[in-house]
Parts: sequence; structure tokens; C-alpha cells
Amino acid sequence: MDPKKFITLYRTPNPGATVSHSKAAELFIQDEPRTDWHDETLWFVREKRDRAVQQVAEWEQLRELASQIKDHTLSNLHAYLTQFEQQAQANGIKVHWAADALEHNNIILQLIKEHQVQRVVKSKSMLTEECHLNDFLIEQGVEVVDTDLGERIVQLRQEAPSHIVLPAIHLKKQDVSETFHQHLGTEKGNNDPQYLTEAARLHLRDKFIQSQLAITGVNFAIAETGGFVVCTNEGNADMGAHAADIHIACMGIEKIIPKAEHLGVFLRLLARSATGQPITTYSSHFQRPREGQEMHIVIVDNGRTKQLGRPDFRNSLKCIRCAACFNTCPVYRRSGGHSYHTAIAGPIGSILSPNLDMKANADLPFASTLCGSCSNVCPVKIDIHVQLWKWRQVLTAEGYVPTGKKVAMKGMAFVLAHPAIYRLAGKMGRWVMRVMPFVTNNKTFNPWYKQRDMPAAPKQSFRDWYLKNKQ
Amino acid sequence: MSSRDKIMTAIKANQPALLQLPDVQMERQLPEPSAILPQFVKTLESIGGKAVVINDVAGIRDTLEQSRNGQQYIVNTLPYLGTVNTEVISGMHAGSLEPVFTAYIEATLGVAENGSVWLYEHQLKNRLLPFICQHLVICLHAHTIVPTMHEAYEKIDIAREGYGVFLAGPSKTADIEQSLVIGAHGARSLLVYLITG
Amino acid sequence: MRVGLFIPCYIDQFYPKVAIATMELLEKLGCEIVFPLNQTCCGQPMANSGFASLDSGCDKNFVANFGEVDYIVSPSGSCVLHVKEHLHHPDEKKAQHIREHIFELTEFITDVLKTEVVTAHFPHRVGIHQSCHGQRGLHLSSMSELVAPAFSKPEQLLNKVSGLVLSKPKRVDECCGFGGTFCVFEEAVSVKMGKDRVAEHEANEVEYITGVDVSCLMHLEGILKRSGSKVSTIHIAEILNSSVTVPHLNNN
Repeated sequence: MDPKKFITLYRTPNPGATVSHSKAAELFIQDEPRTDWHDETLWFVREKRDRAVQQVAEWEQLRELASQIKDHTLSNLHAYLTQFEQQAQANGIKVHWAADALEHNNIILQLIKEHQVQRVVKSKSMLTEECHLNDFLIEQGVEVVDTDLGERIVQLRQEAPSHIVLPAIHLKKQDVSETFHQHLGTEKGNNDPQYLTEAARLHLRDKFIQSQLAITGVNFAIAETGGFVVCTNEGNADMGAHAADIHIACMGIEKIIPKAEHLGVFLRLLARSATGQPITTYSSHFQRPREGQEMHIVIVDNGRTKQLGRPDFRNSLKCIRCAACFNTCPVYRRSGGHSYHTAIAGPIGSILSPNLDMKANADLPFASTLCGSCSNVCPVKIDIHVQLWKWRQVLTAEGYVPTGKKVAMKGMAFVLAHPAIYRLAGKMGRWVMRVMPFVTNNKTFNPWYKQRDMPAAPKQSFRDWYLKNKQ
Repeated sequence: MSSRDKIMTAIKANQPALLQLPDVQMERQLPEPSAILPQFVKTLESIGGKAVVINDVAGIRDTLEQSRNGQQYIVNTLPYLGTVNTEVISGMHAGSLEPVFTAYIEATLGVAENGSVWLYEHQLKNRLLPFICQHLVICLHAHTIVPTMHEAYEKIDIAREGYGVFLAGPSKTADIEQSLVIGAHGARSLLVYLITG
Repeated sequence: MRVGLFIPCYIDQFYPKVAIATMELLEKLGCEIVFPLNQTCCGQPMANSGFASLDSGCDKNFVANFGEVDYIVSPSGSCVLHVKEHLHHPDEKKAQHIREHIFELTEFITDVLKTEVVTAHFPHRVGIHQSCHGQRGLHLSSMSELVAPAFSKPEQLLNKVSGLVLSKPKRVDECCGFGGTFCVFEEAVSVKMGKDRVAEHEANEVEYITGVDVSCLMHLEGILKRSGSKVSTIHIAEILNSSVTVPHLNNN
């Protein structure tokens, strides 16, 4: 399946263009070898994670600790944000507040205009993806260069990232080679990752040096100190942030942690969960702007306070964006990030996105078998699979489930609540299957039968056998 | 109502009843003191860095001197290694640092569990230096290596200076089909001299 | 002890042999079996589809059937998990008692009966499929994601079966893809997941794939039969209850 086919799948807000997860997944799987490759590549990352965590004997304690720190923080968020703002301002950092994505984008646009900035670089920030910052700025005539290699690749291809840590994981090296040949003038057909990375290094190095304004994300914001931490492997956040005269860091309200000592817990968990490394190459601690620089933080709500108010779903806000849940999810690995039609895909995306737009994202909590692997790998112990189940109840109650399904379920509930009717239905069903197999053995009307045989239909149910043989 | 007020009001209304903050102290097994240096070396090498254990900085000094004979721009920040490049200061523009080939910097401490070193801003002279150089050389006194991040945060004060970084190995990426490439945007290589003397 | 036998709806209708094996096995192990005649379903299909609100009829029927026994045992990890987590009833005490005394078959044998000796004979190459709800929900075995000691109640029992050669797939606990109504609403992913599981077992050249959940096995069996594979599925109750070599065990 040509990855470009998915471009139109991910362009919210434009729900009309959204294809449901199941349909998108069906398209994705049509290219089975490519699906196998995507699945194996991500499973490999899961395996790297396993090897890394097995080296930490106290791993489960760390998870519990991180979970409790985050639970506490969410219960004291008002105080911590107040403290953070005070401390940050005392450090000379300008603090802005954005109620929603549009406001976030406008704040950044204003700063760009005020300083008459032409050259902007951006390192990985899922928040800016969520706010569709790049699209917004392009419409306003401002071009932003994404500097994370994976993000730069998808930017050149005009695609959305498909994974929050490995943005270009859906692409093969041939795809990258083609893109770089087209946009950077690399050798046609040279797929060597070393060669291609070197080309990106040279192409972006100049952008860093010439940059006037750098936008970064925030991995952790520390209330105690008013500083924040940005983690990368490539060094791109730092290259931009230290070179530019204006540094804007974007964070969701939930990125706060209480104290510096808590970084010890989170930094031990983050990279191991994300990629299987003991730590990212760079864990940069920004405290004050450098000499001659302006530093800004944009604190964003965009639906987070709403999620905070949902007791069943509030702890999805503990997420530290490691994507371990993506890598372990057998559904994500076989359907790809674009099938989720949201900025954040995978299991965590499926419990965050319905909060933002229930109608557009009603399919996502159903894109799961509730196997529970995600909850086990989550470094902050979000009960993802439990929340997926709970969202299903909410979406049904709100009426976002297809009528056909509702009718079928009501029928099923009725039958199963009445033993005699259940027995009759079972007997009739089995009879039809034995005598008129074409009714169920139908690929058009019976989705089960498309690629699976039906179970055989015995003459006797167990109850029949029991009555005959045991009573 | 400002956005700040809107957000803070909503938070106050929606946050749950206060839950306790746990103590970060936890029961764990720390490695034997003699195992710490070898663990650091092993981990650093596994993440693409190189470690050299030396007793006397004279060796580094000589290597540094020799490298100054070539065409490349070598930046040294350490008096005990010879002439210091005093032109490198915090206000220096990126363009002037672009040609730096090798930079010699001292770190505060190392962390054995992940092969990282902590660098305070004053040790970097310019925040860009360890990123923009092609090759990075770190001098670290071996006795400063601690077992895990918990000990590291006990020893450093991240609010003391305007910037600091845990730096672990050379820059890298696996964004192209999960093939690991060493040398992304930051330094292409990292050499850590572990000084035991 | 009086053990109520809970036979999930689809086992009652499509896999009575699993229920028979379960009953016979428990009787061999000394249990007095009660089979409430008006049981139907635990309510999971509706609940997992978002319609837990429609489950009160099922729940009432469940409590009416199983309110009077000491233990309830079922050859189904997912159904047992559902009852444990979601059974509610106007008489909450009754519901609570059930939730606290319902067991999946293998955990009942290892934890309640504490059976040491299993006199079963099944001389075949068998691959074990770790059903998710039993494993991650009921903790029937350790989980590959966690840093914790390894254990497995089903394997513990299978290892005692004479002649049985047990193998594990490469991905020891990846989901089979059944997932309830997921199997039809996300048909493509469901089947792909099942095919991948099957391929790993076939690579181990097994004759049978076994597990504690018939839903998983039914899904894998559907894929195996469609591909004309010689591999069959068999529920763990049937293996533990076997004392002679059984020929190809398809329905009827």
C-alpha cells in the first residue's frame, strides 16, 4: 500500500476525510508483506525495550513510583502550575497560556511576527502536531523546518508522522531515498541509511545555524525549579534552541512534575520504554535563557482540563509519550499510525482522542482486542485497556455506535437473558448451519467467513448431552 | 477572563482529591563500588561512545597538542590540557562555532547505568559547543561516577545554572528503517577520558 | 465441595466436547458437579461492545443459576474474568460471593484443588496459546512485558501430561486477534493476527494448538481449516482429561 494513500486519512479537523480505523486497517493489510515488515520492525523495538527493562531489577517499583508521582501531581495540578509559572518567570522565562490549539498557534505566530522572524526550526513536539501548528503557520506564510530526521522526512513528503517517537517508521529506506533525491538532491537509488542521514545532517546544519526562532517540545517541566527538560537522540532540539535568539517551548498542562529528584525516576523509565536505550543521548535541562536570548513557554490546555474532570479517564494524562504501548500493540503494528486518523495514534491515542472529539474518534476505542499488553508496558501504569473498555460504554451511551450494532446487541442481550429463547435460538442456529450452510458460509454477509471457516455445528448442545447422559 | 484564568479555574474544579506524593527512596540493589567504573565503560561503549581509562592527563594533553598541528579548529576548555580557547564564550554566534572539529570539555559526574555524563553550562562555555562540534572529548574524574540517576540528581543542582545536560554517547538516529546511524545532528563521536589519578 | 459448572454460551452450543471434558476432569479430581440448567451467558459480548448497560438480564440469570454453590468453575478465562470484573446484581452480596468464588479451570486445579498428579496421556506435539484475558486478567501465567518471576498454571499442568511435547511460539503471549466482536468489526486485523499466531505454531511443527479459551481456539481453528492445515485446536480440558491417544478431534 502506497503510504501516500494515507495522507487524506489524516487531516483533521476535516472529519469528512476521515476513514474509520477498520477500513484504513483493511487497506493497510492488503499489502501483506509490507504489513509483516511494519509489524516486525515495531516488534523489534518492543524486544529492545524488554531487554533494557530486564536489566533493571527494580523496574516494577519504578513504574509504581512514577505512577504515584503523576497521580499526585494531577491531584495538585493547580498548585504545581502556579509554582512552575512563578519559578519560570523568576528565571527570566516568559510564560504564555493557551486555552486551545488555535490560541497556541496564534501565540507562536505573534512572536514570529513581532520579531520579524523568517527562519524557524522545530524539534519533535507532539503537542504542536496536535495543534496542527505547521499547517497553520504555512497558511500564514511562515515556513517551519522540522529538524527531527523522521519528522523532516514526513514533512518533505507532506505526510503526518505515524508514530510519536519514530515518525517515519511506516517508510522503507527506498521511500526515504526517493524523497531525499527529490528534495535534497541525493543520489538516486542510494538507500544507505548512513548516506541519507549524512545528507540530512548537512541540509539541516545550515538551517540550525541560520535559525532565528526555535520551537521545541517539553518532556518534563519541573514545578520546583521552573525549568524544563527536552530529550532527544539527534541533538536537534539543542542545535536549534541554542543557536536561535528566540526559543519557544510548548507543553501540555500535564507535563509538570513536582521536583528535580523526580527526574531520576522518569528519565530511567522514558528511553528504556521508548526505544530500549538506557537514556536518550541528550537530556537537556533548560533553566534560563542564554545570554542574548528570549525564552518562552506556552502552556496548553486543548481539552486536557476536560479529561482531568473525567474520573475514569483522567489518568491518561500521566502519559510521558514513550510509545511503548504502540510498539506492543498487535493492532497498531498491523494497521499503522495513519489508520488512527489522530495526531497521537495507538492505544494511548485511543483513550485521549475521544475526549477531544467523540464523534470523529468513536471508532478508536474499538480498534483493540483489549489484550492488556499496553497497560503492562506503560511506564506510568495507565490502565489503558481498562479505559478502552470504559470509553466503549461512554460512546455507546452518547449514541456514537452504528444503529445496526445497537439493534444486534439489544437482540443478543434479550436472547441471552431468557434461557428458553437462548436454547431455541441456539438449536435453530445450529440446524441452519448444518442443513443450509450457505446461509452462514457467505463471504458477503458474514464477515467471519471471509477468511475463516465456521465452527462445525453439533447436533447436541452440552446441555442436551448433560440431560441425556447425566440426569 | 484570561486564558490563564480559564485554565486554572477549570483545573481547580476538575482535579481530584489530593493523593499522597510518594518518597522516591526505594529498595534496590546497588552495584559493588568496584563494579561501577566497568559498568560505565561497558554501557558507554554499548551506546556508541568510546572510553579510555587513564591515570595522568599528560596523555590527553599530548594528543590535543598534536591535533592542533592540523587544519582543524580544536577547542579546548580545560587549563590542565594546555591552551584554552578563550574566544569561545556564551554569547558567541552559531556561525563562529560551526567549524569546530573537536571540543574538549570536562564533565561533573558520570552515571554508570546509562553511560551518561552531566555537564553544567559553565563547563560548556557555550551551550552549542558539545552539539555543534564534529567530535566531542569529555574528561571525567572516575571517582565521580555514580550508579544511577537517583544518585546523580542528589549530587547536582539543576537550578544552579541556566542550562545543563545529561549527555550519553554520540548523537544518533534510527529513524530510517530502524537502522542505527551514529552521528545525526550533534557530535559524530564521543570519547570519554576516565581519569583515575 | 459443590462446584457449579459454568459453560459459556458458545461452548454449550458449538464445543460441547470441551464442556464434557471439563466436567469429567473435575469429577475425576473429586468434585461434586452441579450444572445449573438455565444458565446462558456471562454478558461479555455485549459489555465489550460498549453495551454493559444491557447486561442486567444476563447478570440476573447468572446469579439465579449460580447463587447456591461453593465454587464456580469454567473452561474459559475471558468469561471468568468478565464475571469477576463486571458482575452486578440488585443483591450485591450475592454478586460479590460469585465474583470471589469463580475460577477458570486450570487455576481452580492448581490453586484450589492443588492437584499434584495429573494422570493424562497425550503423546503429541502441542503448542500453547496464552489467551490474554486469562493471562493478563486472571494472572494464569507471568507476562512477557513485566520484570517478574516466570510461572504458568496451564503449563504446569500440561508438563505433567505423559507423552506431551510442549512448545511455545516465538512471541509467547501475543494476542490471537479474536477480541469478541472485534473479530468481525475489525476483520482484517483480526485474521492477520490469527494467521501470524498460526504461522509461529506451524513453525514449531505442532499437531495441536491448545489454550484455556475456546474463543481464541475457535478463531485459530477457523483460520487453520480455511488454509487446509493439518494442525488442530484442542482445549486444555480435553488434554488433561485424555487417557488414550485421540484421533483427529474435530466436532462430531
